[in-house]
Amino acid sequence: MSDFEKLKNQLINKLTEAKNSKEVDLIRTEIFGKNGLINSEFKKLGSLSPDEKKNVASKINNAKQELTKLFNKKLSSLENFEIDERVKNEKDDVTLPEKDFRIGKIHPVSQVIDEISSIFSEIGFSVEEGPDIETEYYNFTALNTPENHPAKDMHDTFYLEENMKTLLRTHTSPVQVRTMLNGKPPFKIIAPGRTYRSDSDQTHTPMFHQLEGLHIDKNITMGHLKGCLNYFIKEFFELEKIKMRFRPSHFPFTEPSAEVDIGYRIENNKIIIGEGDKWLEILGCGMVHPNVLKNSKVDPNKFQGFAFGIGIDRLAMLKYGINDLRSFFESDYRWLNYYGFDPLDVPTNYRGLSK
Amino acid sequence: MKLTREWLKDHLKTNKTELQIIEKLNNIGLEVEKVEPVKNELSDFLIAKIIKAEKHPNADRLKLCHVDIGQNDLVKVVCGGPNAKDNLLTIYAPPGSVIPKNNMKLEISKIRGETSYGMLCSESELNISDESDGIIELNKKYKSQIGKSYFNESQDNVIELSITPNRPDCLGIRGIARDLSSAGFGKLTDNKIKKVKRNGKQNLKVKIQKSKNQACSMFGSCLIKNIKNQESPDWLKKRLLSLGLRPISAVVDITNYVMFDLNRPLHAYDADKINKEIIVRNSKKNEKFKALDNKDYNLDDGMCVISDHQGVLGLGGIIGGIRSGTELDTKNILLESAFFDPEITRKTAKKLDLNSDAKFRFERGIDPNSILIGLEKASAMIVEICGGQASNIDIQSTQQFKLKKINFDPKIVEKIVGLKTKLQDITKILGDLGFKVKKKGKILTIEVPSWRPDIHGDVDLVEEIIRIKGFNNIQSIEPEKKRIKPTLNFFQRNFHLAQRSVASKGYLESITWSFTDEKLNNIFKEKYQEAKIVNPISSDLNVLRSSLYPNLIHVLNKNIDRGFDDQSLFEIGPLFIGNKPGQQITVVCGIRKENLFDVYGIKKDLVQTLLELGINKKETTIDTNTPSYYHPGRSGSIITKKDNILLAYFGEIHPKVVDKVYGFEIFLENLVKFKSYNKKTKPTVTFSDYQKSERDFAFVVQKDLKAQELVEIIWNVDNSLIKNVKIFDVYQGDNIPSDKKSIALKVTIQSDFKTLNEKDLNDISQKIISNVEEKVEAKLRS
Repeated sequence: MSDFEKLKNQLINKLTEAKNSKEVDLIRTEIFGKNGLINSEFKKLGSLSPDEKKNVASKINNAKQELTKLFNKKLSSLENFEIDERVKNEKDDVTLPEKDFRIGKIHPVSQVIDEISSIFSEIGFSVEEGPDIETEYYNFTALNTPENHPAKDMHDTFYLEENMKTLLRTHTSPVQVRTMLNGKPPFKIIAPGRTYRSDSDQTHTPMFHQLEGLHIDKNITMGHLKGCLNYFIKEFFELEKIKMRFRPSHFPFTEPSAEVDIGYRIENNKIIIGEGDKWLEILGCGMVHPNVLKNSKVDPNKFQGFAFGIGIDRLAMLKYGINDLRSFFESDYRWLNYYGFDPLDVPTNYRGLSK
Repeated sequence: MKLTREWLKDHLKTNKTELQIIEKLNNIGLEVEKVEPVKNELSDFLIAKIIKAEKHPNADRLKLCHVDIGQNDLVKVVCGGPNAKDNLLTIYAPPGSVIPKNNMKLEISKIRGETSYGMLCSESELNISDESDGIIELNKKYKSQIGKSYFNESQDNVIELSITPNRPDCLGIRGIARDLSSAGFGKLTDNKIKKVKRNGKQNLKVKIQKSKNQACSMFGSCLIKNIKNQESPDWLKKRLLSLGLRPISAVVDITNYVMFDLNRPLHAYDADKINKEIIVRNSKKNEKFKALDNKDYNLDDGMCVISDHQGVLGLGGIIGGIRSGTELDTKNILLESAFFDPEITRKTAKKLDLNSDAKFRFERGIDPNSILIGLEKASAMIVEICGGQASNIDIQSTQQFKLKKINFDPKIVEKIVGLKTKLQDITKILGDLGFKVKKKGKILTIEVPSWRPDIHGDVDLVEEIIRIKGFNNIQSIEPEKKRIKPTLNFFQRNFHLAQRSVASKGYLESITWSFTDEKLNNIFKEKYQEAKIVNPISSDLNVLRSSLYPNLIHVLNKNIDRGFDDQSLFEIGPLFIGNKPGQQITVVCGIRKENLFDVYGIKKDLVQTLLELGINKKETTIDTNTPSYYHPGRSGSIITKKDNILLAYFGEIHPKVVDKVYGFEIFLENLVKFKSYNKKTKPTVTFSDYQKSERDFAFVVQKDLKAQELVEIIWNVDNSLIKNVKIFDVYQGDNIPSDKKSIALKVTIQSDFKTLNEKDLNDISQKIISNVEEKVEAKLRS
């Protein structure tokens, strides 16, 4: 056995007996270091004949491979052992609380607007908006509500000028006129937004939210109106069947006009939507009055269609069992947390409306 | 409008039940608001329970009872009945009720020093029997009915309708009967009126003065002499009571009765108090008049008044005056039945802030052809009840009323409603509603009855036909699932994203009023024009908000009062920069209050949100100019490098406004404008796999140097090699002159083409140092 072999076997023994990574590190230098076994052996090659050179070199290389393998094996087994030892002593009480985090919430009104938009998106409506400040003309006159008409009494209007020419819109219907003036038929839009009436009691707030809908095309009839609202109500309340009735009513800007009631009953102080023998009014609708079309530069002899207006806050109250309208606008931290929605809970067509 | 089935049957021959009638009324557009039992004199007497009967402190024979009458609080009643005791069920008469036995009206009174609210009744007091020894003792079955009326015998309910403003004809029982009849609910009876003998001409002269905007175009009258005004007979009183009206005297009750029966307002004058003649004219400015509501009115010019030689007698179509009012001893009366223009009447009443049943009807439009029948019916009733002699009826008019005619193509019904409707159905329905239908080829000529001022064109007729036919007959058509246009536009998509992005950083979304307190708003108004509300709901909500902060801070403070010290709230919505349509901008405003929070915390929330909205930090720069409501040293604005568009403000709210609250405002329109200018598809990118090196530098710089400037200089040294510049320490203190600070940065250097060697790295480091030292007064810290 050559010296080299001897030395090699000694180092292998040493490696096998090494107790920790520190010892292994020292052995690494003895084998692979600048003056370690392998390098010193290579240095000797210079003095050999070409034939011997080849022979010895291949020997050294084999030895190097063997040692590398053994070395890596030892190292990894020692490392594993050391991790096991460390982990044994690492014990945290995982029942202690997690670190603080804050969860933000989306207001129920915003969530319901997104739900509604998602439903109407499916049947081809797009979203329009209009200004909160309106003129007398867009809010009333263009909508076929003449000055000094008792129909105006239904709207307690906030005025911004003494001459009552500008005001806070009392409904989202002016968006109908603005949209039609800005484009060409067909129109198929919804318009959610803030609306204002100077009214404040248990069930009224001076600001609330409405959603306007408008569908104008060549042959849109009350049959389409019924179908559209039926579809919407069922999708919104996520019910297969829902009791609904159309009741004739009056709005200056639609003719014929109707109000829509849905059936409900009270069970254990909770409202059950869709069945029962009580009726709840939820929206107003009708066929757009020819005068409104004329005022919007749409030819009533060629085009016709329907419009509707829904109280968004009211829908939110019904769907999510919120009793007090005024609480929507009080921003009580507890209320927002309790009734608000996770921002990741985005209502979509493909995923469904609610979680 | 209220009605009872019993009264309805005067006009409608029907065997339908009340329930069926209610359902039908709803289905034809006469919405039923409420149904309650008819009230009469006896409904006041309530089933009650004595909770405790104590001895009266000052009287041996009396007791002081605490009585449960079904309300929140017990009432105290002094009672002389020897049988009054704890837990006795009996009958309670409240103050204001009239005891049937002696017609005595109860009042709240002190009995031997103790106040008694009403009384407990014996059977004799209620005319049930002669038993008067003690109060009534009811048996246990009444236990569940405490607070209910004891004499609830009436089967009839009063049905309250909410009549839409287009249907004045249904403000009378007859109009409702006509609608029900056309819907197949029975036959409309003839309007039968008793004939009275009329003696000669109405000899009190009536003149309608012609003038611009004269509201009165027709004035009918009838003089009735030698009447004996009196209390109305029971049947009449009952009917008025059933609608909630207070009976006054036969003359007044009859005018009210005809108004509710036929929707024909009338007025009765004491003829002896009319000075010479009736002149219908426009008022002069500052004319004074005391109305029947006992209030003095100062008139404007141009208001329609009924007057005599002495002055104003009444406001036409609105209210009568005290001077010519009728009393129980009135002998001669003049009955008025006139037509007043809806618009002018409404204007006058609005100006004077006056409301009355007559005004409510005239402003909606009264049937001009009902003048005669109203006078005939009322005068006949008066003569029947009060005696006297009625004159012929006199009608003065300045204008002929013409019936409207509409050409109607019956095909339009199907076109609008989508329901095939037979011609004979159309003519039948319209005919039953009082329209006169004539066929002219394929077109119908339709004459509109005088009581339907709401019918103008063919769509109005379509509504009549379909509401009577029933909306439930319309076949619903499934909506088409086809999209022509994207649901949300670019702005709306960003709105939606911004809302959820801020919420995902732990902020709760609030919705607050668009208006706020002027005083608070002034702090935030800056350069914007204030938009005042002329008629605010309360004085502290009197301007449109110029910022979202005032209301958010208000609710934040309220929540602090509720015990929540740490809060993050946000709102997304409009603020107003003027009082014209469109003068509003959309802002996302967040506020945060938290222990140990600072401006860098709020900046993180903002910058992360902007990043999520697609605004790269490199495209923006921070400016320290902010509105005065921010802490001047701890706030900034984010502005785009290109075009200098203001995207947002952030910082600590000025401590004078609120203590230790941080906030940000994102201007959404600006952001979207910037994004759409710079709409970009992402350039293709290669990620370098060559060795990345990091070098740390510390520069001593002037204390007021903005870190942003330093970072910018370094970036610009070599855009292709410098991949990141990150500040990791700012130091002031020992070893640094007091007017300086040290900023330490880590610069990441990497080439896309090769592994940089020592020399390359030293070169770029030297360049960084020389550039910084040259451009700002800086020294590399050694």
